[in-house]
Amino acid sequence: MNIMTEKALESAVSDKMSGTPNEIIKMRGNKVGVFYGEKQALFDVDLDVRENQVTALIGPSGCGKSTFLRCLNRMNDTIDSARVTGKITLDNEDIYDKNIDVVELRARVGMVFQKPNPFPKSIYENVAYGPRIHGLAKKKSDMDHVVETSLKKAGLFNEVKDRLLEPGTGLSGGQQQRLCIARAIAVSPEVILMDEPCSALDPIATARVEELIDELRQNYTIVIVTHSMQQAARVSQRTAMFHLGYLVEEGATDKMFTNPDDKRTQDYITGRFG
Amino acid sequence: MTDISMDTVAGAVPRPRRDIGLKRRYAAERRFRIYGMLAISVGLIFLAIMLFSIVSKGYTAFWQTTVSLPINFDEKILDPDNKRATDPSVLISANYPKLAENALVAKLGINPDDKVTIRKLKGFLSDGARTQLRDVVAADPSVIGTTRNVDILAAANLDSAFKGQIDLNVDEARRKVSDQQVIWMKQLTTDGSMAERFNTGLFTFGASSRPETSGMGVAIIGSFYMMVIVLLLALPIGVAASIYLEEFAKKGRLTDLIEVNINNLAAVPSIVFGLLGLSVFINFLGLPRSAAFVGGLVLTLMTLPTIIIATRAALAAVPPSIRSAALGLGASKMQMVFQHILPLAAPGILTGTIIGLARALGETAPLLLIGMVAFVANYPTTPFEPATALPVQIYMWANEAERAFVERMSGAIIILLIFLMAMNITAIVLRRRFERRW
Repeated sequence: MNIMTEKALESAVSDKMSGTPNEIIKMRGNKVGVFYGEKQALFDVDLDVRENQVTALIGPSGCGKSTFLRCLNRMNDTIDSARVTGKITLDNEDIYDKNIDVVELRARVGMVFQKPNPFPKSIYENVAYGPRIHGLAKKKSDMDHVVETSLKKAGLFNEVKDRLLEPGTGLSGGQQQRLCIARAIAVSPEVILMDEPCSALDPIATARVEELIDELRQNYTIVIVTHSMQQAARVSQRTAMFHLGYLVEEGATDKMFTNPDDKRTQDYITGRFG
Repeated sequence: MTDISMDTVAGAVPRPRRDIGLKRRYAAERRFRIYGMLAISVGLIFLAIMLFSIVSKGYTAFWQTTVSLPINFDEKILDPDNKRATDPSVLISANYPKLAENALVAKLGINPDDKVTIRKLKGFLSDGARTQLRDVVAADPSVIGTTRNVDILAAANLDSAFKGQIDLNVDEARRKVSDQQVIWMKQLTTDGSMAERFNTGLFTFGASSRPETSGMGVAIIGSFYMMVIVLLLALPIGVAASIYLEEFAKKGRLTDLIEVNINNLAAVPSIVFGLLGLSVFINFLGLPRSAAFVGGLVLTLMTLPTIIIATRAALAAVPPSIRSAALGLGASKMQMVFQHILPLAAPGILTGTIIGLARALGETAPLLLIGMVAFVANYPTTPFEPATALPVQIYMWANEAERAFVERMSGAIIILLIFLMAMNITAIVLRRRFERRW
């Protein structure tokens, strides 16, 4: 990403829709800190995620952006040594509160991972798994409907409609990732977290997933971690820049890419470090 | 332009070769290959020697010499006082060997009054004829008074002589079959009534002091009971323990300690498990001695660590991305484990279990301590009755001196090896079949 010129950035930014009508705060991080054992990976992050917008988290490797993302649906709970401080809310409810069940939270805040990770089951089963465990579709016909609409929303249905019973692991990388997105939206989450969803894909598959993210924004709130400046500029409305575990600055994407407040942001997006 | 092209041409002049030790490196590789092939050859040679010696000694055990005789189930001999209707014990204790002897005397054309010659017949037919003929009568009492052809077992020495395992050129006093018996043997062989038949008795008979009537029936049943018990106990306990340790337990000092202990247990000599079984299951809990149930419990203890280690390895081999995927969708930990991790780990668990079972099947030492080295003639109908096991049967036959027992021991080893090979091949096939690459 280091060879990108500012001019290209600007054109990328101006291409996408600017101006956001409603600015409801869907999720809010308040002084979020994360420790892995004794080591602190994230320091006092205050960050808002706005409803029906794409928020991009950028920054050099090891800066804490993925760590922050994983706090949003408590995936850090699965690491024994991880400890989260501060407060994260979803619709003004503290998600680390005792009354919030982590399983229910993850049904509301879905996740798509860096490497496409379909279950080694059929395409149908991959999508149906979430609705099934949450009891969202009782009848076979309901389930068929959920699977079909999810695959359609993920832009995959036409490619796989004749082989729904074939294993999901047999698809190409880009198709697998869209299958994972279909699987995530099948449980009708409110927020979708994406951890570098295109890093394992070729440019064409990447373009398809980016288009998809832009479409999904209508119905879902999306937080995406990316190493690609162009991607952040193309798909997001808000961008947050992390560095060494701190949130450097956060703002509207077009402003971040044209006129950032912080020197480090400026250096990073123009490829002077990172 | 021309300058540049000239330069490229000039650059093509070969540079002097550097000595980067290629010869030395390739020589080292060749040497290593030779060492490897030597090591494998030595292993294969010993395996071949072992298999050859076992098979060459043991294949005859699958054949048994029998004499086909028209037995006259004479009522005067079986039931001289005609009391069998009221006293069933008459038919149990009747003089069956006499029937066989009479039939043989008639067959050989000996004068029934020539007691001296008839005495030389002793040790020609097996004493097992008693049981054989009793079984015929017990199965069909109406046979009394009629004549029927029965394949009577030859005695062990005649069997050995017939198979050519006794050197008949040795002086008569120093071998176990007399010249007269050899003549009869040849006579019966010529008329076709004395022949080798497939030795079903090897698989069905229980323990016996006579080689020709001893078999592995009890041992096979005992081993089968034990394998079932080990499978029923060790698999669920082992898998449950592994899942808890691997997926649910918080990693810490305690789990480390448990892990060290499990690995230790896998290396504990099996005789120690036998002592444990003796003191806990038999002396403390009062379970019966020599029973397959206790043997199964002891082998379960022995197999558990193997299964736990294999299962944990199989669980750990399931990539974290599958766990993340399931948890990210809102699956509970239990759902993640049982709907995703366990099915993917199943081939590995199965392989480990089969290898553990194979090891348990071949285990002898702990069974000696809990009394399974016993003379058991009757089939155990439940796992709580005395039984032996295949390897223990081999051990017991190895302690016998007679040639015919050596043959049976080798035969039993062949059968045990076939069982073990079948299990290990199953394990390999399962692993190949379901192995998944990520």
